[in-house]
Amino acid sequence: MPFKRYVEIGRVALINYGKDYGRLVVIVDVVDQNRALVDAPDMVRGQMNFKRLSLTDIKIDIPRLPKKKSLIAAMEAADVKNKWENSSWGRKLIVQKRRASLNDFDRFKVMLARIKRGGAIQQELAKLKKQNAS
Amino acid sequence: MVAFRFHQYQVVGRALPSPTDEHPKIYRMKLWATNEVRAKSKFWYFLRKLKKVKKSNGQVLAINEIFERKPTKIKNYGIWLRYQSRTGYHNMYKEFRDTTLNGAVEHMYNEMASRHRVRYHCIQIIKTATIPAKLCKRENTKQFHDSKIKFPLVFKKVRPPSRKLKTTYKASRPNLFM
Repeated sequence: MPFKRYVEIGRVALINYGKDYGRLVVIVDVVDQNRALVDAPDMVRGQMNFKRLSLTDIKIDIPRLPKKKSLIAAMEAADVKNKWENSSWGRKLIVQKRRASLNDFDRFKVMLARIKRGGAIQQELAKLKKQNAS
Repeated sequence: MVAFRFHQYQVVGRALPSPTDEHPKIYRMKLWATNEVRAKSKFWYFLRKLKKVKKSNGQVLAINEIFERKPTKIKNYGIWLRYQSRTGYHNMYKEFRDTTLNGAVEHMYNEMASRHRVRYHCIQIIKTATIPAKLCKRENTKQFHDSKIKFPLVFKKVRPPSRKLKTTYKASRPNLFM
């Protein structure tokens, strides 16, 4: 089982604890064994403990310690945002956020939709059962 | 950025002018303390050991906090210190990699406490300097001087994203592989 996701310059990571929870950042340099210099287009470059980061599969091509402009350009070139939102992990997070932000009326609509979907499944199942029995 | 426990202060002081000495020499010191009051106290402590002047016959002319010039740049800090162990005084040189000097100093105090059981009041910082990568002595800091650094995170600690969601019992064993 070799490792597939390495801490390296250009690795995109997700912050999974603390004030910036849920934000995508790029590892720009490594301070020491436990900390990395981390940067994102809308935050000041700062250091972060690896314990607060979850590495993703996405890696962009940047030199060590790029300027903010070149970092943003590299992120656009590698299309990090779209790749993240189309990945299964990214999609799950979007769904979680959507579900957490539903109001009561939305939850009512979801309930109706689930009942409808369940009804359609049961109809198909009944048809298949009848085919099997005959 | 976490708030640092230690701040760097520049304290300038001199003895009070007296009829024998109209313009006493002014001394300046850079030191680390948790607040300004402690910084002034530490200033007199060190100055007493070097010159014949005490707080009662001296005055502090200025005290300013020194902030980090480039807190987004990673630097290698070398810290020379003198500490008191159970058997005597020793000098020591330690290297730290950090973005700010205050962070490195805090790191140093924590490391001295854990590795040598030396508390804050038994440590005196002699000198600090930013060291260029060529002149670093410790292998521990030199191993990060690699422009293509790459290593896996071997052990993934599973944590709830906030302490409020912490539970004592879990339904299944966590997956520790990254």
